[in-house]
Amino acid sequence: MQININVNGTDHSLDVEPRRLLVDAIRGDLGLRGTHIGCDTTSCGACTVLVDGTPIKSCTMFAVQADGSAVTTVEGLKGADGLSAVQQGFSAEHGLQCGFCTPGMMLVSTALLEENPDPSEDDIRWAISGNICRCTGYVNIVKAVQWAAAAARNGGEEG
Amino acid sequence: MYPPAFEYQAPDTLEGALAALAELGDEGRVLAGGQSLIPMMKLRLAAPSHLVDINRISELSYVRRENGSLCIGALARHNDVVGSADAKASGVVSSAAPWISDPLVRNRGTVCGSVAHCDPEGDWNSVMLAARASVVAQSSSGSRTIGIDDFIVSFFTNSLEPGEMVTAVCVPIPSGASGGAYMKLERKIGDYATVGVATQLELASDGTIAQAGIGLTAVNYQNTRASAAEDLLRGETPSDELFAEAGAAAAAASDPQTDVRGDAEWKRNVVAVYTRRGLAQALASATS
Repeated sequence: MQININVNGTDHSLDVEPRRLLVDAIRGDLGLRGTHIGCDTTSCGACTVLVDGTPIKSCTMFAVQADGSAVTTVEGLKGADGLSAVQQGFSAEHGLQCGFCTPGMMLVSTALLEENPDPSEDDIRWAISGNICRCTGYVNIVKAVQWAAAAARNGGEEG
Repeated sequence: MYPPAFEYQAPDTLEGALAALAELGDEGRVLAGGQSLIPMMKLRLAAPSHLVDINRISELSYVRRENGSLCIGALARHNDVVGSADAKASGVVSSAAPWISDPLVRNRGTVCGSVAHCDPEGDWNSVMLAARASVVAQSSSGSRTIGIDDFIVSFFTNSLEPGEMVTAVCVPIPSGASGGAYMKLERKIGDYATVGVATQLELASDGTIAQAGIGLTAVNYQNTRASAAEDLLRGETPSDELFAEAGAAAAAASDPQTDVRGDAEWKRNVVAVYTRRGLAQALASATS
């Protein structure tokens, strides 16, 4: 089937089988390997992308279902001015160990801050609760999101 | 992992979906949020030959009050219920919504899909039993309403006929003072419930219990109404002793399996404790 999706601001037209998973279209057809496949069974959140701004597990959605949608992957977080506040926060607070869960963590954090610019620690832990960090590095992930929230509140300056 | 190949269509009206299902009969399967169906297809536990995707039928995306009921349309995501002011009309429904799976699944999965899936480890059907819900089933030849007790047939089995789909699930909004709670024990967010207990109480004007609803998750081969416990409560004056008796009766209605999440005796005990606590919480919100 022919589908049209906008990924990170660029329109793509793809010919996919209905059973092709969105994550495989992103990684395989578009070559964007920042979106990871972890469990492949809807449990871990490594494959998180934003579809029309909402974080979802791209291993549990067919690419045909994204026809007409705007998808944001980790590659799309960087803006014209450089890394986003969330990306800078993960760097500043070392919000990663092996890095496998990091793209998903940054995408759910981006969606959280969009909706709630001043989240409590509980809000952050709740928002990332569908994403598993197998290194168990949650403390620094939470700090990274707090850093990003503070930076965004301070008008892009360091939190 | 890839599911087996299938034919796919995504109609943008309900009429289009019902026409497709009528034509496909047994071969057609509705794809809503896909948060259970797609993993099952990837694991080759399900192999529908034709999917009718209802995600483009925006008229099915609602959580609203209708004629004294709270109705949840077939495309309402779990998270739509979390954020709904109308859903607060049912204490047990609004209490359960934040505890469905994890935030990512809640963004995509649907309440009606979960109800139709009839997974005994799913949370919503216990909630619907406690709230005495009705399921609205539609086909190209009409619509019927099925009480939740008749809708749930068995393990992963509902009473839909070929060509029918769930278009909404509705729970009556209690007229008097009422409260509800969903208590869920899980190893981690996103895991299935080890045990879940849904409770709802409606009080008469004299403070006695006019109606009680108790639904149990993951302790039988289907979500189960704890009828004996409900009978104990109805007409009585609420008390800690009464709630403890109801808890014991709910535990007696449970037949959990020993598995990686715990042994059977412990799970039965959790049913007793969660029923008691859930009823106390329901009473507290009914009288606040």
